Amino acid sequence: MAALARLRLEPDEEERLRSDLSAILEAFERLQGLDTAGVEPTAHVEDFGALLRADEITNPPAGEALVANAPARDGRRFRVPKIIE
Amino acid sequence: MSVPGSPAVSSALHECSVREAAARVRRRQVSSVELTRAALARIEAVEPRVGAFLARCEAEALAAAEAIDRRVAAGDDPGPLGGVPVGVKDNICTAGVRTTAASRILESFVPAYDATVTAKLRHAGAVIVGKLNCDEFAMGSSTENSALGRTRNPWDPERVPGGSSGGSGAAVAARAVHAALGTDTGGSVRLPAAFCGVVGLKPTYGRVSRYGVIAYASSLDQVGPVTRDVADAAVVLEAIAGHDPADSTASPRPVPAYQDGLDAGVRGMRLGLPREYFVEGMQPEVEQAVRAAVRELERLGAVIEEVSLPHTEYAIATYYLIATAEASSNLARYDGVRYGLRVPGQSLGEMYERSRAAGFGAEVKRRIMLGTYALSAGYYDAYYLKAQQVRTLVRRDFERALERCDALLTPVAPTTAFRIGEKVDDPLTMYLSDIMTISVNLAGLPALVVPCGADGAGLPIGLQVIGRHFDEATMLRIGYAHELASDWHRRSPIP
Repeated sequence: MAALARLRLEPDEEERLRSDLSAILEAFERLQGLDTAGVEPTAHVEDFGALLRADEITNPPAGEALVANAPARDGRRFRVPKIIE
Repeated sequence: MSVPGSPAVSSALHECSVREAAARVRRRQVSSVELTRAALARIEAVEPRVGAFLARCEAEALAAAEAIDRRVAAGDDPGPLGGVPVGVKDNICTAGVRTTAASRILESFVPAYDATVTAKLRHAGAVIVGKLNCDEFAMGSSTENSALGRTRNPWDPERVPGGSSGGSGAAVAARAVHAALGTDTGGSVRLPAAFCGVVGLKPTYGRVSRYGVIAYASSLDQVGPVTRDVADAAVVLEAIAGHDPADSTASPRPVPAYQDGLDAGVRGMRLGLPREYFVEGMQPEVEQAVRAAVRELERLGAVIEEVSLPHTEYAIATYYLIATAEASSNLARYDGVRYGLRVPGQSLGEMYERSRAAGFGAEVKRRIMLGTYALSAGYYDAYYLKAQQVRTLVRRDFERALERCDALLTPVAPTTAFRIGEKVDDPLTMYLSDIMTISVNLAGLPALVVPCGADGAGLPIGLQVIGRHFDEATMLRIGYAHELASDWHRRSPIP
């Protein structure tokens, strides 16, 4: 699960999480006792339908501002470890 | 005419409501620069005790105040919040001002743009004096999950201010700002409002744009005002509400003038008391204060009746499965590539894992893991889908109750502010702090918290008014009627 979540956990952290999560999931078991057959799931409370707008560029170009937060960069590009061997 | 900046006058300035402060600027009785200096001085004085701010932006605030003063001098309308110092929760983007969500992973993040609510505040003339502490990524009920600072309850420094918008509640209660913005995903505006003795409003889902608000659980998050009285909440809500081309979940419904009809009273209104919200184990003083407020509204002409929200007991589990599932997806963006903390690794995958491990705190990791689990193959139906179905049942409970009633009245939390450290090691107990607020988010409803009492130690108690979808106006009328008949909102923790 930690790998799926892209988290590298320390052994003590992993142990702590394991016990926390099992206690939480055990408490949440109460949902299983509720009959929800035929109940529609709610993903969003309000459905406005598709609110469409014209596909126009409204924001000014912010090239430098957008890469200014990069932890590692090469000019206007983000630098990352080698992906292809 | 200008009021001289003597200490006596400055000390009065930070006591002003938003309306009064804006009116004085408009009438040129005080300049925005004077108001802003008074707020900055007040912040300086109370911060050692409260710790509400993660950042103060003095230079930017004074520049904004000067601009307002120039507009007033030129005869322009400075706007409904014209010249008034406010604070913004640190999970709301402010262009050019560090925005961290109280997380190590965003400790040095400077947004290139304003959130829509930030831009709307500026447009309404507000002067942003600083960024307010919160639980990391708004995940928590006490502000103890902030990785970047400790906020204390202004009424008792040994106690939490509530969370996640603890800095917003504490700063407004301490009279450090005239108003603040918080965000509310499961009670994060309302719990701090109750614990700190101020007014907090969680708008209907879709009433306020989420653009530029650092996402936690997108189907539940809303931005809301924290203020010293109900009329100020109406003013700030009106300033930040409305459709936004940048957020398709922001409703196109027109924004009413919330101050109009505020004083129309509650005569003939039907107000429901959900029996599931008056449970055993509640602190007796909380129940007494809330029932006293209910009797007062009855005396003012409201009809009170008991209602039932039978799925209340399932709300915590439902909320924490849905919210964490959405969080696990929303927080996938923090990978150390484009912004935020990076811890180098041999491979891209290792860099992701190390960056996220170092950048996220314990509660954020817990929620990401829980959400990842709820969404994973084999558990999706049993947890996530099931929770979405129960969400429908919770919502129907409210729809039924609000067919009969104009609004519902409940406590905000079973207790007053708890001690720092009391619940932080027991996540499940901490989650239970939200038991009276989270259902409102699941149902997408608006809710208002107003101060309605204090316990034996003087700690504030709040009353929650839950309204119908997009009927903030009725909710505000009820809160205003209660406020006119009480003076709890005038109490101040720090002279």
